[in-house]
Amino acid sequence: MTEPWIWEAVAVMALANLLTRVAPFLFFSRRRPPQAVVFVEENFPPIILTILIFYTLASVDFTAAPYGLKELGGIAVTMLLHRLFGNYLISIFGGTAVYMVMVHLG
Amino acid sequence: MKYRREFRAAFRASIPVMMGYSVLGFAFGLLMTSQGYPWVLPVVMSVVIYAGALQFLALGFFQAKAGMWEIFVASIFVNIRQAFYGLSLLKKFKKAGRLRPYLIFSLTDETYALMTTLPENPQLKRRWYLFFLAALNQSYWIGGTLAGALFGGMVRFDTRGLDFSLTALFVVLAMEQYRKHRDLLPFFIGAGASLIALVLVSRDRMLITAIGLALLGMFALRERLERKEADHD
Repeated sequence: MTEPWIWEAVAVMALANLLTRVAPFLFFSRRRPPQAVVFVEENFPPIILTILIFYTLASVDFTAAPYGLKELGGIAVTMLLHRLFGNYLISIFGGTAVYMVMVHLG
Repeated sequence: MKYRREFRAAFRASIPVMMGYSVLGFAFGLLMTSQGYPWVLPVVMSVVIYAGALQFLALGFFQAKAGMWEIFVASIFVNIRQAFYGLSLLKKFKKAGRLRPYLIFSLTDETYALMTTLPENPQLKRRWYLFFLAALNQSYWIGGTLAGALFGGMVRFDTRGLDFSLTALFVVLAMEQYRKHRDLLPFFIGAGASLIALVLVSRDRMLITAIGLALLGMFALRERLERKEADHD
């Protein structure tokens, strides 16, 4: 199951992740980062998170029954729990549990 | 132990993170083994990558058989916020000496939050306090992953739908971002870029295409995004 490319992928992720953590210490310990870099760093997080939500749902078929309703329901429960309790563990586990129940009931 | 006082102060500070990391690490280990991967894979990932959202996302990469460049670029953008963290810790890490590389490597969201918000006891050796704090946090993450990976291999139960935890994680993080920025435009840019990418390209190219489109969109709307930011400050 673990083909060699999976370990390569892990190495690539480790390297990329390390780069994001090292970059400011490498490049900006003496001079200020350029405006464009600061702009992307500040504004990209909400954008990438939205993209990732779509990415994780990319294999869901919204054109055939049940039209992605289980996924949308799971998201709604997650959001509701997060509004109510503001605790990310409760939100994630509650949303996932409800989704799993819907999947298992067919 | 030579730096016992630093260790104890760091341990106290790390307790809230212990709860979150061991539980999420457990979920990560369980998720990976439930998909048929050997228990060493998630554990190695928690040691060498050590980034929550990215590690969960890795499952998506594996299933889509994503290309190395796509994984590289996507990983950078998923964690680009971290490049911002270092900027506020440049000074604090300056005198850390041989501990500095590990402090930089282990700079997660939660570790950063603790290091920048907690008051420090001036009588403690700062670099050792910071080191213990960072290392304890990672040990919870690795410990949780190991427990989840071994448990997942021992107990057989129906884990269909468990990977929704990934979507839920991103939904929660997005809500936290909204609370900070109070601006819906970034979410529309992300959604628009994703929908266009889903229509235009195959699933294994979707992520990198959406990132590219979103960058274009964001620079096209730069003035509007920055105006909102200024309002908020």
